[in-house]
Amino acid sequence: MTTNTPLLEAREVTKRFGAVDALRGASFQIFPGEVVALMGDNGAGKSTLIKTMCGVYAPDGGDVLFEGRSVAGRSPKEIQALGIETVYQDLALAPELDTPGNLFLGREQLMPGILGFFGVLAKSAMRQRASTVLTELSVKIKDIKAPVNTLSGGQQQSVAVARAVTWADKLVIMDEPTAALGVPQTQAVLALIRTVKESGRSVILISHSLPDVMQVADRIEVLRLGRRVAQLTAAEATEEQIVGAMTGAWTQEAAA
Amino acid sequence: MSTSMTTPRTSDQVEETDRTPRRRFAMPRLLGTATDITAILILIIAVFAVLDFQSFFTAQNFTQILINAALLLVMAVGATFVLITGGVDLSVGSVLVFSGVIAAKVMELMGSAGWGASLVGILAALLAGTAWGCVNGLVITKLRVPPLIATLGSYGAAQGLAQIITNGNDMKNVPTELVDTLGFGRVLGVPILVIVALVVALIGGLVLWSTRYGRRTYAVGSNPEAARRAGINVDRHLIKVYAVAGLLAGLAGILSFAKFGTTTLAGHATDNLNVIAAVVIGGTSLFGGVGTMVGTVVGTLIPATLANGLVIVGLNSFWRDFAVGVVLVAAVYLDQLRRRSRTSR
Repeated sequence: MTTNTPLLEAREVTKRFGAVDALRGASFQIFPGEVVALMGDNGAGKSTLIKTMCGVYAPDGGDVLFEGRSVAGRSPKEIQALGIETVYQDLALAPELDTPGNLFLGREQLMPGILGFFGVLAKSAMRQRASTVLTELSVKIKDIKAPVNTLSGGQQQSVAVARAVTWADKLVIMDEPTAALGVPQTQAVLALIRTVKESGRSVILISHSLPDVMQVADRIEVLRLGRRVAQLTAAEATEEQIVGAMTGAWTQEAAA
Repeated sequence: MSTSMTTPRTSDQVEETDRTPRRRFAMPRLLGTATDITAILILIIAVFAVLDFQSFFTAQNFTQILINAALLLVMAVGATFVLITGGVDLSVGSVLVFSGVIAAKVMELMGSAGWGASLVGILAALLAGTAWGCVNGLVITKLRVPPLIATLGSYGAAQGLAQIITNGNDMKNVPTELVDTLGFGRVLGVPILVIVALVVALIGGLVLWSTRYGRRTYAVGSNPEAARRAGINVDRHLIKVYAVAGLLAGLAGILSFAKFGTTTLAGHATDNLNVIAAVVIGGTSLFGGVGTMVGTVVGTLIPATLANGLVIVGLNSFWRDFAVGVVLVAAVYLDQLRRRSRTSR
């Protein structure tokens, strides 16, 4: 593991929802250019931890640090402005809009000059930029002018990832990106993750799938009952260790 | 929510989707979802032209059709935006009447004559309409009352207020300046009423098709949660959309006052349904996210053409209501077919 400052770090974060302790001192670290898998059983607090780190929830206790500075309690928009984008499980695409429309959703590019003043969209510029991004990521979409609900599930996933990558300068967070995909689409998404890593950005991958994680992750952090129970290097970790950490059969003392 | 749209399919289906051309014809690029309905309008015109070419197929008669459709078209432009957001506005007819009454009252204070009174009257109608639109938008977004109920409420409230203000008696003193321009004036033979309606439709179409406002209208209707997460202020956008629908109902109010020379208190109770029927016939989806202004123009012209043509060929105009009903259901059925073929492929 590198010794410089983590890109994003959660320190002993606690979060309660009524009587439920979702996070009980959860920690997490990701360094620049790393792919880190966040694993854990259902209800371990993965989604809560992610949402706390990207501003959807404010932590009750503990701290969230971006490049060493505390960003706890900032709004999702402020977190986005730091160069962090999240791909949610439901993708959050507008099904009736086309690919460029989704890529630029909420960040529409306007024409220069007087037309821009009247809010006229720079459609061809956005289409070109979208094509460039898709080419860079080796995503093939036959007709980018087609509404995304005419695309396959894997392609929709790619559009959602492409949108995150377009706007994330530092970090892309993916919540179960391969959960609903077939084998070829899963491989395409994993290839995408590698491409993002090669561009120097970090990726947090929330996943249940050990084979996927072993393919792309540099490190694995495991949550159990709202606490980190293991920090592993993917190349050295064994399946027994990971499953053991997720189920509570094995705990790495230094991790918490 | 959006899961049905984004549910991935198995890989063999994926292959099939990728190979199937998205649309079968080249024309739909231009007309979008309005292709089928444009064909139906052309068919209707062709049938009437065959049955009685000399009376039906004249510039004068087409102008008459446009005059009859103008008020509905102005309101339908606003309703297109509303329906694309996945909402509905039942209040337009009452807001039209209310705005006309406000304009009449304001102009009465100024003597019901002269250009000054006319312009102030126009402004008053637009403001009154916009105010109702804002009320609709605020009730829907801030009080979380569904659009159907919120606008049904203002449908009753605006009509009631209009009758309270006038004591139930129609006001009939329109400045002659308004009658001679908006009411019956013509430029190069084209009624000003029609010009206003077509300009509104043209601007509405451009805004919908080419601007950020239009794009976000589609986005909000397509997946409000996605729009919200993308940083779009969904509530503010909805308020703007309902405000524009109100503004256009206000414009229709002053046009109606100028055209009919009365506030027509009892004459617009079913405008809301006619407007929605026209927009939906034009291919705008009640589920939001889909629709075109070309479609709305065509959808407004179909009932107007039917009413006109049926009378010319000697049938009772009651047949219009029957025919429009059939076309409406057929249009929505076509929309459903299109959706089914797209999502279950």
